Amino acid sequence: MVAVLGAGAVSGIALNRGEPINALWFITAALCIYAIGYRFYAAWIAATVLMVDETRATPAERLENGSDFIPTNRWIVFGHHFAAIAGPGPLVGPTLAAQFGYLPGTLWILFGAVLGGCVQDMVTLFLSTRRDAKSLGQMARDELGALGGTAALIATFVIMIILIAVLGLVVVNAMKHSPWATFTVSATIPIAMLVGVYMRYIRVGQVLEASALGVVLLLLAVAGGRVIDESATLRVLFDHEGLTLAWWVMAYGFAAAILPVWLLLAPRDYLSTYMKLGTITLLAVAIILLQPDVKMPAVTQFIDGTGPIFGGKLFPFVFITIACGAISGFHALIASGTTPKLLTNERDIRMIGYGGMLLESFVAIMAMIAATVLDPGVFFAINSSAGVVGKEAVDAVAKISSWGYPVTVEQMQVLAQQMGEATLFARTGGAPSLAVGMASIFGSAFGESMLALWYHFAIMFEAIFILTTLDAGTRVGRFMLQDILGNKWAAMGRTSWLPSVIVTSAVVVSLWGYFLYIGVIDPNGGVNILWPLFGIANQMLAAIALCVATGILVKSAKGKYAFITGAPLLWLIIITSTAAWQKLTSDDVRIGFLAAANDLSAKLAAGLLPPDKAAVAPKLIFNFQLDAVITLFFVSLLWLIVFDMVRVCVRYLTGKSVPVLTEVPHSFTRLAEEWVRD
Amino acid sequence: MLQVIKIVWQAIRQLSGDDAYERYLRHHAEHHAAESEPLSKQAFFKKWQDEKWQGVKRCC
Repeated sequence: MVAVLGAGAVSGIALNRGEPINALWFITAALCIYAIGYRFYAAWIAATVLMVDETRATPAERLENGSDFIPTNRWIVFGHHFAAIAGPGPLVGPTLAAQFGYLPGTLWILFGAVLGGCVQDMVTLFLSTRRDAKSLGQMARDELGALGGTAALIATFVIMIILIAVLGLVVVNAMKHSPWATFTVSATIPIAMLVGVYMRYIRVGQVLEASALGVVLLLLAVAGGRVIDESATLRVLFDHEGLTLAWWVMAYGFAAAILPVWLLLAPRDYLSTYMKLGTITLLAVAIILLQPDVKMPAVTQFIDGTGPIFGGKLFPFVFITIACGAISGFHALIASGTTPKLLTNERDIRMIGYGGMLLESFVAIMAMIAATVLDPGVFFAINSSAGVVGKEAVDAVAKISSWGYPVTVEQMQVLAQQMGEATLFARTGGAPSLAVGMASIFGSAFGESMLALWYHFAIMFEAIFILTTLDAGTRVGRFMLQDILGNKWAAMGRTSWLPSVIVTSAVVVSLWGYFLYIGVIDPNGGVNILWPLFGIANQMLAAIALCVATGILVKSAKGKYAFITGAPLLWLIIITSTAAWQKLTSDDVRIGFLAAANDLSAKLAAGLLPPDKAAVAPKLIFNFQLDAVITLFFVSLLWLIVFDMVRVCVRYLTGKSVPVLTEVPHSFTRLAEEWVRD
Repeated sequence: MLQVIKIVWQAIRQLSGDDAYERYLRHHAEHHAAESEPLSKQAFFKKWQDEKWQGVKRCC
């Protein structure tokens, strides 16, 4: 029954041409595919391949200490796990990938998740649970060798830097010359601090009370932005160039990394988690109530690589652009180390690992819907940078209309006015177009008159957890750097030693700050460069996790089942290597880093560039070359780990010695059945 | 109905960490009552928050 409905919905989406298709079909198709994947594939993996054992005590039970190792109700663990894995990634990726039309991205989100991403999360959670909740890096070191471990560590650090830079860029682009958005986003900082002080000193530990206060203040800040926007004297205080905002974001990241966690990071995280869960639920309800029609064609002509948002053909770039939502290596860091410490019973691994990723995939589907319910002309007008369609509104609409997606200057003006913005042209990065999509869905479902409020609510919602990822990421980067430096110079390794804190935080901030700076001065918007780089890095981390998993499966004499992680791994190797190869060697200046560098150098030498572009050209040229080096580094790292994994597997299969399995021996759980299920 | 509301409310409290101190006191009473006095709410909360924020806790 589910299978028939699912097959019907998928083929409905896939075969429907030329006429609008209702968003409800997307939801139906997604839920059916998830149900089949969860009921059959995940259950089979859990029972036959992993052989989860419900009589076995988990680390949470054996190592219970009342603080981080705590056996916890499975729904609570699911909540923690989902809140940790779902960030801005599944919202931004599908929005950008919608330039190919709705179909390619949707299919990849559905099948990538069911066959790849969910399996990765579940298997990693299982392996870490069997190994005292060890981290991915530690497991890579123990099971494959020092090479794998070091590679995982370096990969995590680099991906963090790229991730923060690209997310920072998304926020900056959303705030650029928008006093309303800038005010609301800045207001989240003192609000978070107030909540922090409240929880710490005024009403100690009253987390919910403090958070409720914070949420009310945030909503007031969204409404208050309108007052700022309408006041001629106040609005100039919050009306800034991208570059100014970028410096502020960097200053903020630095402050957040050195301030105590209770003051900024922890309370901001509470607020962003509530906002995230609340808004996603609201969006799902609104889509089901409203049942909007999807206006984007199934497939656009941009699959040939000429897309205005980012260059590159459908294969491999749709798979790189949508990482989170289909398969995301970052999840392996949460599924190992963090979540296993709470898991009460192994039987819940399927629900938490596989189920958690299904829900994230569903978030990505909703982001895809929000992007594709917009008129395609409007979608491209918001997301195409001035460098591609021209600076003037007239040029931009002419160019976009010439692609077959009609849009007019008046239409864009009316829309901008409705959203309370000066302009919506060239607002790259995905956040503004997602906010317009969400605002129109919310507006139609819950009241048209509040469009501007909904728009700025959506911007605030995206910004608040982007900034949470930004400050948490900077802090993690700082800890990793302190850890690495601590090996050489013990004092640097002390996480509370102030000089070390300041130096390492400054290093981490300047690393991502550099990419953010370049992204802001890039006339093509920067996201078109940084997002593919982030996608490649994230898929590479996924490949590392799948390598560890495949290696362990083979070593556990389950080689015949190794395809469950081996097949997604092979696919990731193919897409990341192809994407990296094209990024390095393509002659198309919008794809190849080196081609772009050479093209810009030639134009600069020939004096073809206007003065403002000529001034930044040397920096851009250097950055293209740097990006090429980073890409090369990523693929080399990937292949190194794959070879290491293959080496270990071959040694095992030919009877030679391999690192021994580090699985902890079986001990019986003493937690009673009803306790687990309560 | 009241029962359902109660369960949901408890889940929310546990998810947010609102009841972390109560759970700590229970754990302490069960396992460490003989060895030491439990921490004060303030001291526990500080420790809990600091520990919660070590390592990768948020994703993309």
